[in-house]
Amino acid sequence: MQPFTYQAPTSVGEAVTLLADSTHQARPFAGGTDLLVQMRRGLYAPELLVDVKHIPELNRIAFDPTAGLTIGAAVSCAWLCDHPAVRQHYPGLIDAASIIGGAAIQRRATLGGNLCNAAPSGDSIPALIVLGATATVAGPHGTRSIPVADFCIAPGKTVLGPGELLVALRIPPPVPRSGACYLRFIPRGEMDIAVAGAGAWLALGEDGSITDARIALSAVAPTPLWVKAAGEALIGQSPTEDAFKEAAAIAQAAARPISDVRGTAAQRRHLVGVLTRRALQGAYQRTK
Amino acid sequence: MTQSKITKQLVSTTINGEPVEFLCEPQQSLLECLRDILGLTGTKEGCNDGNCGACSVLLDGQLVNSCLVLGVEIEGRAVTTVEGLADWRGLHPIQQAFLEAGGFQCGFCTPGILIATKALLDRKPNPSEAEIRAWLSGNLCRCTGYDKIVRAVQAAACHLNTECEVDA
Repeated sequence: MQPFTYQAPTSVGEAVTLLADSTHQARPFAGGTDLLVQMRRGLYAPELLVDVKHIPELNRIAFDPTAGLTIGAAVSCAWLCDHPAVRQHYPGLIDAASIIGGAAIQRRATLGGNLCNAAPSGDSIPALIVLGATATVAGPHGTRSIPVADFCIAPGKTVLGPGELLVALRIPPPVPRSGACYLRFIPRGEMDIAVAGAGAWLALGEDGSITDARIALSAVAPTPLWVKAAGEALIGQSPTEDAFKEAAAIAQAAARPISDVRGTAAQRRHLVGVLTRRALQGAYQRTK
Repeated sequence: MTQSKITKQLVSTTINGEPVEFLCEPQQSLLECLRDILGLTGTKEGCNDGNCGACSVLLDGQLVNSCLVLGVEIEGRAVTTVEGLADWRGLHPIQQAFLEAGGFQCGFCTPGILIATKALLDRKPNPSEAEIRAWLSGNLCRCTGYDKIVRAVQAAACHLNTECEVDA
């Protein structure tokens, strides 16, 4: 790895100042499970790493039944997956956070990093999108809030501007009779990158019909893909197998997969259909 | 910024229960610091990108890949390496179980697997076989086919846990 300097600020303001200083080519550093690997491969040669793990706002999980869930950007997947309120209220998020790497990676990798790495295959991003998550970002010109669905703009590229730092992810409180689920396909049991993935979220009315739905996909487009039309097609319908198949077909049509070492475009499109249908079934089970 | 500006940093930490101070450059991984600066060569370098688990250590009791931790990050924290498992009484029960079950062949992955096993059993004293296999998915072994490793973990759990009923 190229030499760099290391700073571990203890406030958001200090971190933003360091990141915004144009004399440095600086990068935020949380779990390092993507960044250090990419630096060793020569993809990045930052002059300054800003370790964000000592900043309180980036190192907390807070749940409130009316405010929802706030996940600091430096919270590890293992910490999140062990959190009782997250397990109880957001099992669809646990689906994704618990499959990012094996046990050792889980203890360092963060959802904030998964989002900022902006890989098309990032497992937590579709799960965050279907839950309606927003990203709280601090920068030299203040703080702004960005829907996670709009955060990634190309493979490895995000909307973050110079000096901007992801502080936290915010997820709305769970609504009654709602449920979410994320599923991916990989050829081995663990420690792999999605060939394709699908997240689904459903909310039911008192009569049991679907009042709202969201579906998002991973690894089948240059960015994680929110398929709005697939969710909208479910609104007003009963949560039946036929309705789920129809939504899955819309998701398949929206996918823009490529063929690569992990799978062919045709296989990925097929998987989108299967995974979307199963994720909807899983989300429906969790509405009960 | 030029390379000449980058100076070594002093790191004060605890390794295997002992206070340790060392100098390292920010780009040196914890793995490099352990092996090349501190002479703790029990921790192995395999892939150096977080896939193989040969470099597994405990950082404040949590399992991590030391190739993906910077040496400067362990300031004020506690690291356990494979050298910290045995004590004056002899091998740690996990090491003894691996020895008795033949849970290794060439031995290169073994330090990482011993550490990963300690992290698992500290967290979950009586894991199922499926839980053991899932937990060790980040520790690659090219010799054993994993079966004897799983039996060794079960035997270690049994030894450490008086309520264990596994006949390993």
